[in-house]
Amino acid sequence: MPSLDDLKKRIKSVKSTQKITKAMKMVAAAKLKKAQESAERGRPYSEKMQNIILNLTKSVSDAENAPKLLIGTGKEKTYLCIVMTADRGLCGGFNSNICKLAKNYFKDILSQGKELKIITVGSKGLDQLKREYGKFVVEKISFKDRKKITFKEAEEVGKLILKLFEKEEFDKCVLFFNNFKNVITQIPQAQQIIPVEKKENEKIDEEKSYEFEPEEDEILEDLLPKNISTQVFKAFLENAASEQGSRMTAMDNATRNAGDLVDKLTINYNRSRQASITKELIEIISGAESL
Amino acid sequence: MSENFNLEIISPEQTIIKTEARQVTIPSFEGLMGILKDHISLVTFLRPGFVETQTDKGSDKFFVEDGIVEFNNNYLLILSSSAVNVKNLSKNQIDKMIHDSTETLSKKDIKDKEKYILSYKLDTLKEIKQ
Repeated sequence: MPSLDDLKKRIKSVKSTQKITKAMKMVAAAKLKKAQESAERGRPYSEKMQNIILNLTKSVSDAENAPKLLIGTGKEKTYLCIVMTADRGLCGGFNSNICKLAKNYFKDILSQGKELKIITVGSKGLDQLKREYGKFVVEKISFKDRKKITFKEAEEVGKLILKLFEKEEFDKCVLFFNNFKNVITQIPQAQQIIPVEKKENEKIDEEKSYEFEPEEDEILEDLLPKNISTQVFKAFLENAASEQGSRMTAMDNATRNAGDLVDKLTINYNRSRQASITKELIEIISGAESL
Repeated sequence: MSENFNLEIISPEQTIIKTEARQVTIPSFEGLMGILKDHISLVTFLRPGFVETQTDKGSDKFFVEDGIVEFNNNYLLILSSSAVNVKNLSKNQIDKMIHDSTETLSKKDIKDKEKYILSYKLDTLKEIKQ
């Protein structure tokens, strides 16, 4: 049985924790609104870019000589996985959900006897992956010191990917990030960016015949690298929104939990105080009776 | 029948403009290109320059550094990582861009294609400045 003093101290400490989580929740809510807006505003760009590329892909006549970024290197030996996580913790299952998905994927690849290379973006993902898959990590990127993630940061990552591709360091590139659905739901996702994934069941518009200027190949050669950065940027935006949403829900739960705990402890405290008073009274009365 | 078609200019951060336009002039990679309603389906690139739009409400001018243009079914889509309305460009920004481009141009190991793009950028910027 803890003493009255101990209970008092615990109540106080839980209350101060509650204050912190409440504050974090408010901050996350404010940031979420902004992040959500920019994620939603950024969606059309990446979607339309993907669309143009898909349209172009259909009209490439000479499939053999198409750019390698589009059709791949022809091998499927080395996989490059870009795991995008947050730089901060305390956001519920956000980071571990991505890592879980990534780890399952890694296991799959390795069991097929393929080679694996990992680039981590954001320090939390690195922390979770380095024990098991540390030897596969080729590059770690962190934008902890940047205040705001813009297209420039995404381009940096994109260029790095392209550089590795040119050196033929990998054949397939997969991006791991959380897709922001709404405040409570974020879906961890794996998106293949090199080679470009073809959606087979999509209806093909035969009517669309485009005039290209310059030639298709030239357009594709310029467009595909840009598409990489765009997809990375989209992942950044989705991730940022997901992180704040996830943190907000986590902190909301924590605040409520702390409230419950305070209530329980207070009842406990009152009971034991009453118990000690009763005990003292009994002692006094029985003392007086014995006289 | 209206002579308008749909126009959308999108940057990675946001949709810059979504409207109906009568005519749009784009600085395509191989020269200026005017687009009217019922233009043939088209995909092309942009070099640095101005996208000029003419709508029923008046005309607008956007500075772009690069971008992709798709025209299909009377819907013109311009994807550019750097589209800005000329009115929103401050003098300092322009000066800085001019300075940066001049510096890169003076480097020796520059490729012809980059040189071509940069010189267009410089000319466009100087034009805004006037």
